[in-house]
Amino acid sequence: MRIGVVTFPGSNSDVDSLNAVSVAGVEAVSLWHESPDLQGVSAVILPGGFAYGDYLRAGVIARFSPVMRGVSEFAAAGGHVLGICNGFQVLAESGLVPGALLRNRSLRFASKIVAIKPERLDSPFTRAATGDPIHVPIAHGEGCYSADDATLDQLERDGQVLFRYVRPDGTPALDPDDPSNPNGSLRAIAGVCNAAGNVAGLMPHPERMAEAILGTDEGMQLIRSLVLSAAEWEAAGRPPARGGRVAEVAK
Amino acid sequence: MTDVKSTTNSVEVTLELAESLGVTAGGFAVIREKLGRDPNHTELAMFSVMWSEHCSYKSSKPLLKTLPTRGSGVMAGPGDNAGVVRIGDGLAVAFKIESHNHPSAVEPYQGAATGVGGILRDIFTMGARPIAVLDALRFGDPTDPRTRHLVDGIVRGVGGYGNCVGVPTVGGELVFDPSYQGNPLVNVMAIGLLEEKNLIFAEAPGEGNYVVLFGSTTGRDGIGGASVLASATFADSDPNKRPTVQVGDPFAEKLLIEASLEMISRRLVVGIQDLGAAGITCASSESADKAGTGILVDLDAIPRREPGMAPWEVMISESQERMLATCTPDQFAAVREVCERWGIPIALVGRVTTDGDIAIVEGGVDEAGRPKPGSTEIARIPAKALTSEAIVHYRLATQPTRRRQAPAPGIPLQAQDGLPERGMDPAAVLVALLGSPNLSSRRWVYEQYDACVQSNTIEWPGHGAAVLRVKGTRKALVATTDGNQTLSAIDPFLGAQMSVAEATRNVSITGARPLGITNCLNYGNQERPEAFWQLQEAVRGMGEACRALDIPVTGGNVSLYNEYPGGAISPTPEIGVVGLLEDVSLLVRPPFTAAGDTVMLVGDTTPGMAGSAYAALAGLSAEDAPPNLDLEREAALQSFIREAIGRGLVASAQDVSGGGLAVAIAECSIWSGLGASLRLGVSGSPAIELFGESPSRLVLSCRPRHAPALELLARQFGLHAQALGTVGGDRLRIELTGQGATGAAEERGSRVADALDVSLADLRHTWEHGLARALGVESGSGHGPRQETATPAGA
Repeated sequence: MRIGVVTFPGSNSDVDSLNAVSVAGVEAVSLWHESPDLQGVSAVILPGGFAYGDYLRAGVIARFSPVMRGVSEFAAAGGHVLGICNGFQVLAESGLVPGALLRNRSLRFASKIVAIKPERLDSPFTRAATGDPIHVPIAHGEGCYSADDATLDQLERDGQVLFRYVRPDGTPALDPDDPSNPNGSLRAIAGVCNAAGNVAGLMPHPERMAEAILGTDEGMQLIRSLVLSAAEWEAAGRPPARGGRVAEVAK
Repeated sequence: MTDVKSTTNSVEVTLELAESLGVTAGGFAVIREKLGRDPNHTELAMFSVMWSEHCSYKSSKPLLKTLPTRGSGVMAGPGDNAGVVRIGDGLAVAFKIESHNHPSAVEPYQGAATGVGGILRDIFTMGARPIAVLDALRFGDPTDPRTRHLVDGIVRGVGGYGNCVGVPTVGGELVFDPSYQGNPLVNVMAIGLLEEKNLIFAEAPGEGNYVVLFGSTTGRDGIGGASVLASATFADSDPNKRPTVQVGDPFAEKLLIEASLEMISRRLVVGIQDLGAAGITCASSESADKAGTGILVDLDAIPRREPGMAPWEVMISESQERMLATCTPDQFAAVREVCERWGIPIALVGRVTTDGDIAIVEGGVDEAGRPKPGSTEIARIPAKALTSEAIVHYRLATQPTRRRQAPAPGIPLQAQDGLPERGMDPAAVLVALLGSPNLSSRRWVYEQYDACVQSNTIEWPGHGAAVLRVKGTRKALVATTDGNQTLSAIDPFLGAQMSVAEATRNVSITGARPLGITNCLNYGNQERPEAFWQLQEAVRGMGEACRALDIPVTGGNVSLYNEYPGGAISPTPEIGVVGLLEDVSLLVRPPFTAAGDTVMLVGDTTPGMAGSAYAALAGLSAEDAPPNLDLEREAALQSFIREAIGRGLVASAQDVSGGGLAVAIAECSIWSGLGASLRLGVSGSPAIELFGESPSRLVLSCRPRHAPALELLARQFGLHAQALGTVGGDRLRIELTGQGATGAAEERGSRVADALDVSLADLRHTWEHGLARALGVESGSGHGPRQETATPAGA
């Protein structure tokens, strides 16, 4: 099994995703933006960075790249796609996940370690999580998650909110001005998935804290979740997405 | 084609024109001598930028030659784009620091951003992948609106470039000092990692080889940046100099990094040089000179950003994100393919020749590399004359006269003289120091920098030296920058020595061995004998310190016109150090690690409060002396701590520097959340013991059972180690004992002995909010004032 990591011109955290997948014991494959051919990988990561420079708006040009055609088809066929940071922005711009990422409330780039908590442990992207807060870095200027109230209600109702920023006591940092909510995201949303449950995006970087030597390996919980889901999907003969529930939660 | 004339050179060359380009009458005469004729306009423009201080080091060269540059494992040093030192496993580290002071003062965002871009190019030009940036920033009064504007723009610029290009900013400095009010300093250090076999130099060997230019197109931005901006002092505000500031494009740089490193690792190019100051002129002449060749430049082939550029503008433009490489003709197709894949424009702009000249042809060059019929040679200058044989000025050095002679370093005065410590509450002083703009947390700044991209960052900014693992090995690199401007203002020789001592000490206390230093020398106008004396003393001090500590100087940069109508900056020798930790599992950090551990002070506290943070706070009289520095003792201290860490005896180690022992210990407590109960013997003055900044000292903590072994080991290194007490609790309490401890408490009507006693919560609060308060920005989660700026903002 192999997991693909897309490199757009301007991607810079592709090395981090490639590294984390390798640390998880899975072969990592670099996918070039000019080809829609995903080389038969079992899951795709859209990594962090500044695709095409992001001078206009984060992710807005990357969505038109040939590789995103391949990624959209892969997702429609039930394959798992994880967008991290700029990858989340690209997914949101592409309409593959709901919502939009606006400039941070501070209007400054924010780089720090935050705590996020998975909302559910039965999703393909959280199945290996313990349920405790996960400490991972953020590094972004446009990470303020936004959508209208109706959409936010629907996302919460349908279990599409995967991660929220949490305070030191583990409760969601719902106030956009709460210091534990690093970018002012509405309802403290740090990550969401699509309705089918096989495409997810999050602003923090679990792949950059997937080794104990870097401070903590808590981020590995999410990489391992993706690996498990990809393996299961391959083993089942690449079935269509089923609404984002994994049958058996593997810890 | 020997007729060096053209309509494009129709401007009459006069001394007045030369002087307007920054060439002096003396320089103009030397140019005529080197050429054997009058230069034309294009040639004069090329000389003017290449003979600027920025490019030629014409004032500093005779001094810099005295520095020790050899050392074990040094593969490249001064004269190359960056120093390169072997670290084993077939790997090497490249590092260099450079200033971008004047551009940042004129246009803070772009000045700082292009400072980052320029130093990164110096790194990957050696074949190294940039893995870290450190930024050392210096400003005037933090409460001044103009300073705040500069801080905001410069911090955004450093972050805007580094964050986008994907190189983590892992450390640096932020210092406020009145001398920088009109002339801020932006010194940026970059570190790269390379396989030894990929080391490449900026040279253009092999007659007939192709010289290619790739990256951004050439425009009118940054014309004369090296000569006009970097090598002249400031008038009060110079908006007309804004066009001399370049504009950065980090996205283009990211592509350039990938394309260049691919060409180098695939052996497609035989030499490569970045285009920085003086643009194509500098890159071509340095490459030719280094290889002992010449280059015939096909002016028409250089891709332009805008029409109507004069040849001299093309030749000296400092448009960013460009590279000049040399390849054999049969590799050209492969080089072009790499560029096309990364979407980078590339052009064949010249051929390597054997005549040693940079010759510029307008009107086209044929397939065989010969000027086409009807073409014109518009300039011809020996490459050497522009670079290695550029003009050298032997400047006059004069020690400034002082109104009153300062006492020699280290000579104690009456302990109480000038020390306003009667009635002093040491805890109040500590709180004030920790909340001061220079000692409080830098979080507001570094939270705007991506610190962990590339997944190598072990120690994030904020707690001493940065630590980066080396993937695939057990090794780690430890990096820091330090510069002591307050002591340099008093004694430039001592200040430079102190800067080297502190920077290397900060690396050694992690257990790492310093591999080399890179330096950025920020001084005033060298045409003033006093300013040249300061530089001369600093280079002497730096050289002496490096020899004593056995560390080579692997590169550096000079910035010599840091003056404005209010005066010159304090001399600022910024020292960057990279160290190697062979086994990352042995890494020791500054914070305490466990309650019950023993706290020890290693090294002797000596008098001399001048230049200290305490002096700045308390208004110390100018007559007090700076502390003494014994380089042998410093070397012993650094050897001792590396040895102790290697033996696994040390739990935490912290350098005693700004704010003295009390601040050092407070930081160990704040960063760990662990208080301490300590007793400190006071022989002379509580202020000297608690807040003096005498060098060659460190605070460590260890398991109690290791304390005797550490004391013994210290003695073997000729050092004095004393146990101060124990880690634990939620307060920092330092009891003062001994004959010097009486007085202050009685003065306050207290019957207990003097003690510094303060809660960790109070210390943390003042430390965390000090900077944001000084700058008038909110602290907290990095939510600051709302300002719009046209920058890449994604992630």
